[in-house]
Amino acid sequence: MISIQQEDFDLASEYEALRADAPNIGAIATFTGLVRDFNIVESTPGNTSVQGLFLEHYPGMTEKSLAAIIETAKQRWSIINVRVVHRIGAMLPGDQIVFVGVNSAHRGDAFAACEFIMDYLKTEAPFWKKELTKEGERWVESRDSDQQAAERWKP
Amino acid sequence: MIKVLYFARLKDTLNCGEEQLDHSTAVDTAEKLLSTLKERGAPWRDALDNSQLLVAVNQTIASPETPIQDGDEVAFFPPVTGG
Repeated sequence: MISIQQEDFDLASEYEALRADAPNIGAIATFTGLVRDFNIVESTPGNTSVQGLFLEHYPGMTEKSLAAIIETAKQRWSIINVRVVHRIGAMLPGDQIVFVGVNSAHRGDAFAACEFIMDYLKTEAPFWKKELTKEGERWVESRDSDQQAAERWKP
Repeated sequence: MIKVLYFARLKDTLNCGEEQLDHSTAVDTAEKLLSTLKERGAPWRDALDNSQLLVAVNQTIASPETPIQDGDEVAFFPPVTGG
């Protein structure tokens, strides 16, 4: 299940949907990403420069690329189902922005697939963040560390 | 016709999110389309002269040599920053 939506999501509902899937589920791994109130690149202690975030995406390609990432995860690990929710539009610090949930017979596959999907989402799915600061708006720069996080899954 | 889309910083800089172009041999690969767009001068030349720029053809990441056919959707955008 892939959902690109403006509205917030309910963690308990997402978890229950994964739990209700099948009787052979022994593990559910979930990840929730939140909007930070500081810019990771210029972060200094006490720096809370980010007042809000705007998320732009490429409708159509976003769903297609997430489906491809999930398909790759299903081929690589023994997982049953995946739920990905990504919000778009305006958000505030502390808001939930992304959810990835995976269910499986065993925890190892669920943990690994969940992290893999999140790492690839960050480097391949066409979303872009614009930060709103006291000084104005600015597009967030991509980070090498995100690229490295995705690279480490390569065989 | 080819549908050409621009996203994020690129859309802001070019002040253009979407346009339709006639298909011809001058724009039948991603690289040739990019060169044609750069010939428009500022701000196109500078904004598109960026090695980090990504291109997608029909909503799949493409390379400079990827062919572009009549009716295709081509998108140019900066590295992604979601999640």
